Amino acid sequence: MRFMLLFSRQGKLRLQKWYVPLGDQEKRRLGRELVQTILGRKAKMCSFLEWRDLKVVYKRYASLYFCCAIEEQDNELITLEVIHRYVELLDKYFGSVCELDIIFNFEKAYFILDEFLLGGEAQETSKKSVLKAIEQADQLQEVRAVYLPRPLIPLISQAF
Amino acid sequence: MPAVSKGDGMRGLAVFISDIRNCKSKEAEIKRINKELANIRSKFKGDKALDGYSKKKYVCKLLFIFLLGHDIDFGHMEAVNLLSSNKYTEKQIGYLFISVLVNSNSDLIRLINNGIKNDLASRNPTHMNLSLHCIANVGSREMAEAFAADIPRILVAGDTMDSVKQSAALCLLRLNRTSPDLVPMGEWTARVVHLLNDQHLGVVTSATSLITTLAQKSPDDFKTSVSLAIARLSRIVTSASIDLQDYTYYFVAAPWLSVKLLRLLQCYPPPEDGALRGRLTECLETILNKAQEPPKSKKVQHSNAKNAVLFEAIALIIHHDSEPTLLVRACNQLGQFLQHRETNLRYLALESMCTLASSEFSHEAVKTHIETVINALKTERDVSVRQRAVDLLYAMCDRSNAKQIVAEMLSYLETADYSIREEIVLKVAVLAEKYAVDYTWYVDTILNLIRVAGDQVSEEVWYRVIQIVINRDDVQGYAAKTVFEALQAPACHENLVKVGGYILGEFGNLIAGDSRSSPLVQFKLLHSKFHLCSVPTRALLLSAYIKFINLFPEVKATIQEVLRSDSQLRNADVELQQRAVEYLRLSTIASTDILATVLEEMPPFPERESSILAKLKRRKGPGNQPGAEEARQERERERERERSLNGSAEHREGGAAASAKSSPSVDVLSVAALPTNRPRPVSSVSLMQTPFLASCAAPSSLSAGPMTSLYPSADLLGPTGSPPSTGGSLLVDVFSDSLQAGPAPLDLAPPNTAVSEDNFSRFICKNNGVLFENQLLQIGLKSEYRQNLGRIYVFFGNKTSNQFLDFSSTVNCPDLLKTKLNVHTKPADPTIDAGAQLQQILNIECLEDFTPAPVLDIQFRYGGTLQNFGVKLPVMLNKFFQPTEMEAQDFFQRWKQLGAPQQEVQKIFKAKHPMDTEVTKAKIMGFGTALLDGVDPNPTNFVGAGVIHTKNTQVGCLLRLEPNTQAQMYRLTLRTSRDTVSQRLSDLLSEQF
Repeated sequence: MRFMLLFSRQGKLRLQKWYVPLGDQEKRRLGRELVQTILGRKAKMCSFLEWRDLKVVYKRYASLYFCCAIEEQDNELITLEVIHRYVELLDKYFGSVCELDIIFNFEKAYFILDEFLLGGEAQETSKKSVLKAIEQADQLQEVRAVYLPRPLIPLISQAF
Repeated sequence: MPAVSKGDGMRGLAVFISDIRNCKSKEAEIKRINKELANIRSKFKGDKALDGYSKKKYVCKLLFIFLLGHDIDFGHMEAVNLLSSNKYTEKQIGYLFISVLVNSNSDLIRLINNGIKNDLASRNPTHMNLSLHCIANVGSREMAEAFAADIPRILVAGDTMDSVKQSAALCLLRLNRTSPDLVPMGEWTARVVHLLNDQHLGVVTSATSLITTLAQKSPDDFKTSVSLAIARLSRIVTSASIDLQDYTYYFVAAPWLSVKLLRLLQCYPPPEDGALRGRLTECLETILNKAQEPPKSKKVQHSNAKNAVLFEAIALIIHHDSEPTLLVRACNQLGQFLQHRETNLRYLALESMCTLASSEFSHEAVKTHIETVINALKTERDVSVRQRAVDLLYAMCDRSNAKQIVAEMLSYLETADYSIREEIVLKVAVLAEKYAVDYTWYVDTILNLIRVAGDQVSEEVWYRVIQIVINRDDVQGYAAKTVFEALQAPACHENLVKVGGYILGEFGNLIAGDSRSSPLVQFKLLHSKFHLCSVPTRALLLSAYIKFINLFPEVKATIQEVLRSDSQLRNADVELQQRAVEYLRLSTIASTDILATVLEEMPPFPERESSILAKLKRRKGPGNQPGAEEARQERERERERERSLNGSAEHREGGAAASAKSSPSVDVLSVAALPTNRPRPVSSVSLMQTPFLASCAAPSSLSAGPMTSLYPSADLLGPTGSPPSTGGSLLVDVFSDSLQAGPAPLDLAPPNTAVSEDNFSRFICKNNGVLFENQLLQIGLKSEYRQNLGRIYVFFGNKTSNQFLDFSSTVNCPDLLKTKLNVHTKPADPTIDAGAQLQQILNIECLEDFTPAPVLDIQFRYGGTLQNFGVKLPVMLNKFFQPTEMEAQDFFQRWKQLGAPQQEVQKIFKAKHPMDTEVTKAKIMGFGTALLDGVDPNPTNFVGAGVIHTKNTQVGCLLRLEPNTQAQMYRLTLRTSRDTVSQRLSDLLSEQF
């Protein structure tokens, strides 16, 4: 996998993970271009497209698009499930995850992703193992904040 | 208050994020961010030492700001400090900041590496993992240098925790991708292979990715992984009894691992050992069988995971291409998917079938699905799926179904999306040519293409139809008749006018017997389109007219009258004017015999690979889709066909050789215009245009280049007095090379131009910079010159994440340059690794003053596609300047000495850039001369002096540049002891202001 982007329906990037060395400018340019391309597609279209010399796999959950750029020989369907597993991990961790969780706890979203994918490859596909690693890290923390009630749309219930 | 916060809850961060979200405008957001940045900066600079928590919070805020898309230029040090914190979360945020905002600041890298080193040595698995994640995320060369040797040890050590092994494996994978030279192979490789037997499936999953990457580079070292991978796969796929617990995903056993194992096996041929091979076949059959079983869940995740494994199994079957039964089963399975209700599956089935079509075992089976695919082309709502259908139709096309497929593609083209039209045009053109039994069908198809999608018909396509018509006399009469009819349409595409003009100019006589298409009717028909056409087409039509004068003496007077009209003879376009003048003179003074010789029919073109095919391959681009393999086979088949056509493979080599000298022959043309030594505008026609104009002139056996020398002299046979056929064949070369070597010559945008000179003129006044760049490759230069010697360091940067193979870069001097410039170079390394840079040194010696530039011919293989193009090297005469300081008196004395009219070249031109004194000074000094102050009585003028050093002689040069800011004009005067030098320097320097 070359990179992964999470962005909102308004085109705001919520998370970006690059597995290839690129300059900041280049990243921004590619990000903008790809976000536009995907937002320009209609619902119910194919989840895969050719983009530059890459394949792009994307899926929308509620208000968030998850999008991976993969190499020629990579498997599209398993990438779609990489996305889903990541959503499941976020969901389990935050408890009915929604876009705001990822905005306010972006660092956690990165930590979870690093446990799941590393160098663009699946590192640990077991949900339990990934969450255990994150929970262990959380236990090393001194303070734990309290959840507040949130009237928001959970991502997982709204896969498109 | 923000609604959410989890973990350790940095309240300040949440408040800040919340503030940003509440900003009503971009301005408000920027204001809020600037306020925060100022605050953080003051905290970091303050006297009071910050505690870890505050530092973490601020670093995290900076990170958030960066991720919003703003630049962050401080805080790196604080982040590095966090690495040595003994609180896990602080360390974690420090690492995250570094991973996201890595900066190649070398001091910092040392500190970061220090932090990582401590954590790697800590034996604390959570800390080790953090540091490994950081290395994997950053993957920089510095980190590879520091840790590439340690990580394999951690990976294979017996006491390493599983989770650390996983991180270490993928960390090593990343380093191997970015700096393979720094990852030492060694005794650890054998132990890595054995990780495939590990009890922990997570470890196996990570290790499989690593082994696949390593096996791609050195398959022999990892051969033993084949049997282990098959054993593992077999246990997952065939034994239903094993419970994989959490590695089962929606009732599918370890789909990620299965896909990776199947991928690893694609690095190798089918196993030779019978038992092993049987076991693998059994696995693949089981996977195919499972596809027929009823689903265990209705969830899409279940079917996706199951089919992910299935598609990877099919990819392996296709890769092995050895088991006919499996191939046909795979094809049938994909056939089912072609009609599946999931768009995703239809898309993948079309894509995967494309590769199946190129296997001899399954080609026929794929063909049975033709109706479904045609239907997909008509009914799919998603353009990307229709695109796949076009690809598949193209792949499954052969002699038996070519007419049907071409007809379907043509009819689809009428309504096709603009984004894919050009590619369809190319495909139709290739298929029509390849499978033409009857060339009238081919001609009809191409004319139809122009009618339906004229704008997308590139030069390659219409050049090709002309090549074929010229080479096959059985189709010439038909072609003339058909274009004549097509031109009757009240509105026809300009490309049709081009083809029509060319073909009637050559073969109009074949239909002239019919009074409905008598010479005069033909001429009037063509001329009725003339005024609506662009300059290049008009130029081509003028050439067709002179051909008409030769073919049909009866219309000579009519045509001469047209040529003589003011709109031609005084046309504002120099090319048109020149042609009109020259053709008119030619028709007036030359005898019929000479006219017949000069304007004889074009000789056949050498048979060679279709340039359209080349263009299509380029379009598909590197890392080619289903088809890298397919395109290769395509080319093989194409070659095969050519060999059978020609009885030998010679033409192939001929074609390659011609393509290698493509750039020189282009140069010859532009140079040919110079020695006439009068201010010919033609010499300023850019090289990009020259071959095109030359090719437009094709109907005359003369090209635009020789033409210029032809006119003033009485020697009608060309500059060297060689027979006209030479002129003709020069033209053929130019014409066909512009076809062969690159995209349309006028197409100014393409990254893979035949000879790129985009940045050439930028180097006239400077020595370093980026010479060329496309999506794959960047070429940078550093050059230094002393007297008549120069050295250029060329840096080739591979921008992709794949290796370039068979790389070569050679310097090509046009013939005219060979005696004037020596360029020595050592062969470049044949591979450039992903992201790596290769340096080549060129040593240059200037023997004599010169005009053309050498060309760097670059060739390499990327993702199975051969890339080949030239880049004009910025070696120009002024590089061999030595500046000369002198007093005003001296200057004027010499100025007077160089007073002969041919020694001075003066040029008045409009400013192209803002007229800035400092910039102008810098440019003149960059040009190589000394800038002389206080010489010119008018202080706004610039005066320079220098000596050009060549091996044989030295040429003193004086220059004066007079800006007129009011008129935004310059006057540049150059005086040297040699007219050619004055002219060349003037041409070079006047482009710069």
